[in-house]
Amino acid sequence: MNTLINGIFKRDMALAFRQRSELAQPLMFLLMVITLFPLGIGPGPVTLQKIGPGVIWIAAILSSLLAMERLFRDDFWDGSLEQYMLSGQSVAAIAAIKVLVHWLVSFLPLVLFSPLLALFLNLTVDMYVALMLTLVLGTPLLSLVGAIAVGLTVGLQRGGVLLALLLIPVFIPLLIFATSAVDSAALQLPYRAQLAIIGAMLMLAMATAPFAIAYALKVSQN
Amino acid sequence: MAGLAADNLTCIKRDRVLFTNLSFTLSPGELIYLRGPNGAGKTSLLRILTGLSSPESGRLYLNGESLEATRDVFNQQLIYIGHKAGINGALTAMENLRFWCAQHGTAFVASHAYEVLARLGLVGLEDVPVRMLSAGQQRRVALSRLWLKPSTYWILDEPFTALDTDGIELLEQHMQQHVASQGAIITTSHQPLSEHAGPFTELVLEYRL
Amino acid sequence: MWKWLHPYAKPERAYQLCVTLQPYFLWPGILCLLVGSLWGLAFAPQDYQQGDSFRIIYIHVPSAILSMSTYVAMAVAALVGIVWQWRTAFMAMIAMAPVGAVITFIALFTGAAWGKPMWGTWWVWDARLTSELILLFLYLGVIALYGAFEDKQQAGKAAGVMALVGVVNVPIIHYSVEWWNTLHQGATISKFDKPSIAPEMLWPLLIALLGLALFIAAVTVMRMKNEIIRREYHRPWVKDLAARALGDDHAV
Repeated sequence: MNTLINGIFKRDMALAFRQRSELAQPLMFLLMVITLFPLGIGPGPVTLQKIGPGVIWIAAILSSLLAMERLFRDDFWDGSLEQYMLSGQSVAAIAAIKVLVHWLVSFLPLVLFSPLLALFLNLTVDMYVALMLTLVLGTPLLSLVGAIAVGLTVGLQRGGVLLALLLIPVFIPLLIFATSAVDSAALQLPYRAQLAIIGAMLMLAMATAPFAIAYALKVSQN
Repeated sequence: MAGLAADNLTCIKRDRVLFTNLSFTLSPGELIYLRGPNGAGKTSLLRILTGLSSPESGRLYLNGESLEATRDVFNQQLIYIGHKAGINGALTAMENLRFWCAQHGTAFVASHAYEVLARLGLVGLEDVPVRMLSAGQQRRVALSRLWLKPSTYWILDEPFTALDTDGIELLEQHMQQHVASQGAIITTSHQPLSEHAGPFTELVLEYRL
Repeated sequence: MWKWLHPYAKPERAYQLCVTLQPYFLWPGILCLLVGSLWGLAFAPQDYQQGDSFRIIYIHVPSAILSMSTYVAMAVAALVGIVWQWRTAFMAMIAMAPVGAVITFIALFTGAAWGKPMWGTWWVWDARLTSELILLFLYLGVIALYGAFEDKQQAGKAAGVMALVGVVNVPIIHYSVEWWNTLHQGATISKFDKPSIAPEMLWPLLIALLGLALFIAAVTVMRMKNEIIRREYHRPWVKDLAARALGDDHAV
């Protein structure tokens, strides 16, 4: 465990802070995409409130695709990944730590950002609370499942669009449950069921994704 | 059987047969110089030896036991330096080495690392992001691992790339010392090894169509 | 227990198995398809509500069912390939992928065509149609990933992982979309909610289903033969095979 914390966690954190501007870009993208909706659809508060949850989640998924790409890219191209694999540590554990760091540096800011987004799209306080909860439960799921596809496409020169093609259909259930939770909150209905389902998907991903990521990275090394 | 033994390795890449039924043993105290034209499968062979990729058929043994079973033991005794240096350009030389040692479970003593970097001619560059260094200096940072992690097996893929004559001599002498103290090395190089490297065995791969 | 399967991990044996199986799949498949669709399209009784337009179920329902099953079969092949490291399993998987995608497309197209008389429009965000559409995306993702790699062995493994990720998602997608649909549309007439179907309508449907299943198997087997030959053309047994085939031609 110590080796993982000292060798991977601290390293990735140090790298993330050194590449702050690269991390900020997906967030800026998210903010701009959300700005486009009132401009394209009209700023009526009722309309915005109606489309708000969906818009925020779609923008989050799209920006996550941009942020995700850098998860293993540098390590693959500079050979660090080879060194991890020969370090004697379990690749699944290394992958889990890397995904954790990635979530901390690219999705946690998004969650912190979300009050601003809620304000832009005229969400009520109840809706905002629901949105926050779905983001907290749902974005780790994006990171974990996304990392599998990133592991598979990391060795390809033009993996960016392919990554989106692979991941968007897989993220659809999350989008449905998350937006429906926020919609229920808007109607003062309980939304524990949706949160429970997202939580269940997250548990499933936490249990299986690290192994799938490890296998994917091994395939990419071959 | 002490050493790393390859038994009947066959490698096929992109539907081209690189080598078939290749068997050899890398024993402690031996330096194998792997030669062959471009595309003969030198890198593929080295990657198979490390376990990064798997052969089409054939097996590897470490001290007579199947390598599959003793992978963890082998990894502790192995340093692999490939084409890609495994050095992150945004981190400094010291950070790269510190994190690498942590990953590999090797104790990291900063003063020792400074000493090694100094021996490799990197005085004053220890705390500069590696991407600012020249290609040869980056190579030296990667090679400094050979001084930091005590291990028996070195698998080196073109270690001399981008090194100047001093650097080559330094590395060859270090290789000779390693072999003299019962280390085992398999290396490729596009330029012949000089007398500094000590005695070596040649393993030649032919280019097949 | 599965020991008897292991010889088929070798491409040569797998190829021979394909050659043996092909006629058993192909001709009964074509026969059943013909009988099922002719019976369904021409002789089965009309639906009392939908008239003749319901007859598209003889194509739509089998393709919708089998588009899902083919994806599951693909994932099973991928799992076998990953667990036992069989190259032939990945070949089988990738042989199925385009077939499944085409079947999914047929299900979508016939579903949309059925929607025209039912709802008066070509596309409705109906739960089943939406999950078929997402299934098509999943197929296309697997095919695109396979195509992106030059090393086809690596490609097979990568596409296999994606097929497995997809298959875990297929039921989740299916139920989430169904649930989403009920939320957003309230009570629409679901075309599958019929409690029972008359036997004279059911039999041709079952025969068409069997026929399509056999036909998919036959096309898969044929594609797998090609895949094996393409990947193994430098091996002696393929050269022998080619020499024998040429010899036969000359003899004729």
